[in-house]
Amino acid sequence: MSAPLTSLDRPNSYIGRSVPRPNAKRLLAGRGRYISDLRLPRMLYAAFLRSPHAHAKIVSINADEARTLEGVHLVAIGTDLAKICTPWIGTLDHFKGMTSAPQLPLPLDRVVWAGQAVVAVVAESRAIAEDALELIEVDYEDLPVVVDIDSARDAGGPVINPGSANNTCFRALLDNGTVDHAFAHAAHVVEEEFSFGRHTAVTLEPRAIVADYDPAAGALTVHHATQTPYQFQDLYSRHYGIPEARVRVIATDIGGSFGMKLHVYHEDMAVVGLSILLGRPVKYVADRIESFVSDIHARDHRVHARMALDAKGEILAMDVLDLTAIGAFSTYPRTSVVEGNQVIRLMGAPYRFKNYRATLEVIFQNKVQTSQYRAVGHPIACAVTERLVDMAAAKVGLDPFAIRAQNVIADDAYPQTSPTGYRFEALSHQACLKRLHEMMDYDALRAEQADLRKRGVYRGIGIAAFVEITNPSPAFYGVGGARISSQDGAILSLTPSGEVRCLISVTEQGQGTEAIISQIVADQLGIAQEHVKIITGDTEVTPHGGATWACRGAGIGGETALRATRVLKRNILEIAALILQERPSALDIVNGEVVDAGTRNQRMPISEIARIAYFRSDTLPPGTQAQLTVSHHFAPQGYPFAFTNGIQGCSLEVDVETGFIKLLKHFIVEDCGRVINPMLVDEQLRGGIVQGLGAALFEECRYSETGQLVNGSLAEYLVPMPMEMPDIVIAHVETPTADTVLGAKGVGEAGTAAASACVLNAVNDALSPFDATINSIPITPTKVLKTLKRF
Amino acid sequence: MSGFDETKLDDADETVRVRFVVNGRKVACEVAPRETLVDCLRNTLELTGTHAGCEMGACGACLVQLDGRAVHSCLMFAVQADGANISTIEGLTESGVIADLQAEFHRRNALQCGFCTPGMLVNAQELLSQVAQPSRGEIRDALSGNYCRCTGYEAIVDAIDAVAKARSEGGGTT
Ligand code: FES
Ligand code: FES
Repeated sequence: MSAPLTSLDRPNSYIGRSVPRPNAKRLLAGRGRYISDLRLPRMLYAAFLRSPHAHAKIVSINADEARTLEGVHLVAIGTDLAKICTPWIGTLDHFKGMTSAPQLPLPLDRVVWAGQAVVAVVAESRAIAEDALELIEVDYEDLPVVVDIDSARDAGGPVINPGSANNTCFRALLDNGTVDHAFAHAAHVVEEEFSFGRHTAVTLEPRAIVADYDPAAGALTVHHATQTPYQFQDLYSRHYGIPEARVRVIATDIGGSFGMKLHVYHEDMAVVGLSILLGRPVKYVADRIESFVSDIHARDHRVHARMALDAKGEILAMDVLDLTAIGAFSTYPRTSVVEGNQVIRLMGAPYRFKNYRATLEVIFQNKVQTSQYRAVGHPIACAVTERLVDMAAAKVGLDPFAIRAQNVIADDAYPQTSPTGYRFEALSHQACLKRLHEMMDYDALRAEQADLRKRGVYRGIGIAAFVEITNPSPAFYGVGGARISSQDGAILSLTPSGEVRCLISVTEQGQGTEAIISQIVADQLGIAQEHVKIITGDTEVTPHGGATWACRGAGIGGETALRATRVLKRNILEIAALILQERPSALDIVNGEVVDAGTRNQRMPISEIARIAYFRSDTLPPGTQAQLTVSHHFAPQGYPFAFTNGIQGCSLEVDVETGFIKLLKHFIVEDCGRVINPMLVDEQLRGGIVQGLGAALFEECRYSETGQLVNGSLAEYLVPMPMEMPDIVIAHVETPTADTVLGAKGVGEAGTAAASACVLNAVNDALSPFDATINSIPITPTKVLKTLKRF
Repeated sequence: MSGFDETKLDDADETVRVRFVVNGRKVACEVAPRETLVDCLRNTLELTGTHAGCEMGACGACLVQLDGRAVHSCLMFAVQADGANISTIEGLTESGVIADLQAEFHRRNALQCGFCTPGMLVNAQELLSQVAQPSRGEIRDALSGNYCRCTGYEAIVDAIDAVAKARSEGGGTT
């Protein structure tokens, strides 16, 4: 099976080939069709009045004047939408004991974060709607605000959700092996407290939605810039009581998502309700300030961790406490607990030790919700583990490469189960480590560093190994009761002119989903890629599936396409065999031609088979029914997740006078199994790394003591820009998963997973002559100067 | 507050007639004084290839050519552009002046979601019209106001670098 998947010499061999994305040309010509571009007949525009308070009672709302403004069609408050929308609760059954307050599109009597939408106005233009907002008066009564982790955990302190005993959303404990014994007998123990600030997705196109309810048909169409149209079809149907078959969600071009656009937002739910109330299309596009105060944020962890080692530097045990604050309620439908859960389960993942204990505490506070954003939990687990490993290396007197080489699970020792309960099929830490060492020219870098240090130039070198979760099975959400699919579906047709149309449930956000699916179809059928058309992102036409999240597009979507194509090919060859009076197994398809499997001699084009099947079925033997459309679903089986691994390295320079950090070069060796399109994979890695570098050095949502976001604009919230980013050198190791024919695993989060860990280690390496350390992300110039006692 | 605020309605209602040349064609439109150029291009003229990412001059998604230079259409009121000659991504595509940049971006996959891409192309064209053979560092500096969340920037830098070399080798002045 694997031979034909890797040979690039045969015709139509697209798997493994760097071909450009066919659908990118539209975007380059300015012909993208983003939801923010969409205008429908009779469309109205929504704007929201937001709470200036982080926690307050709504005493009264006076919107009389706004209602009379010319061009205003509707002013809606909480009770208006509560009449037609059932509340949602962001919990999952497999997170035992977790709680979260029910949510409605607009609040009835209380606001729980600054920026929460309170009143909606729908008008003939966004400008008129905004004018109307200024005419609305809301009377609030302040309630005690809970902002930081400590005050949220204060016994006897204010409680955010009335009726709850405390501000705890969820607690989990893992305990494997004999942790206390290992620490008691360890030769070395390293211990540190880490903090990880909040950051957010900052997609260049903000959230955008157009809801279009047709009361005559009882049908709802939502043009929604999301990764997961089926999930929203289900949610809109259930919460607004519209039969699923009458809800259509269309996700066209989308200006970035990274996990941020797959959660339920109050405004989006409200817009659907507003369209139902008005019977007209209603559009809402968040502006940048609204994005900062209402998009999910990510991270916000404080981790206390220690690691025990023997005298030779063998890791014996880890003991971890992760406190994470998630806002005033848990996100729906995927919860805000998954990140913490992955933090405690990914700790120490590359290494061999068996004794592990972790406590996770997920805490409510009066800030906007946090939830899954690219690399969910990975950067936290990776930074904590890898920093402790570096601290241990220094203590034992080992080089960072040497201690890792000593402790990683050997490449020939798989399968393995981690002490946190994850099952690894096959990983390649040793190969990656070796490759990175060569690629960085590590010894030369160290020599240069030593030289420069003599001249007062402080360079740092950091490395960080990681494990990434991809191809999730129902173990991720399905078992918790969420109606989020882990399978995908594809419908494949041979068209009358001999081309192929593929409707598939995975979606495109620019990572190249449509390109790789067309590569797989073309490769497996034996036709040119330009003769394959891929259609995604419309629940009305594509079969139900999980769509795109948690790195499942290539692994699960790709396998679905592969298997569907093999069925279509078999059907085509059956008809060809009847026409040519051959056995189907004696035939094959190359370049759109049916050929003799042995000699490759051309027999007839598949377009001719299509012509006969569609228009001259009378010439086929009686009883023949050509099936040139096939549908196929694929649900992952075998391992619950396809784990991937890799290692990153970086070189940077710290200016000890100003605290500024200059990134010089970044390296990654990554193993995502079968690589379908190396160019697209590399682009995913680079984009992911840059997001991780942003988190490492710049990005943080800063709050005042009263719970106000104080840097909610692109001038104040720093994102990584081209001149600050380094060139990134990439290499691959390929360990395909044996759970699928294709063997592909995910790659979208690998870059983000370890980039910040790498920088953290490199900065500490640079600061090592000063007896100064940093264990807090983002690493701002202020933090550098503080640890150097120069500020 | 008492009753209906008429001044508000009047302000919103009042429009000004502006005329410009957009993508080689004369156009006239009625705009509110508070309407930005990016809104006028996207909404009134339906040139949705120009994007808005921050509306404060920080992201570069809204760059257009105005009288031959790259400007942020979010930082300008439509009325301020009265009489100007404006090229958006649609016009630059039709005229073919950036065809080589577009082809190189495509070949090297220097885009993912494409939302930053029109602004990147306008700025790349601006750079190459000012500096014939920029270094990679100069390219990165020139793009310092163009935010891209998806790519790692490197393919964008590579593409512009390659076009710069090709253009100066060809001796062309496109
Ligand atoms: S929208 Fe103009 S610079 Fe961002
Ligand atoms: S390609 Fe998405 S923002 Fe640049």
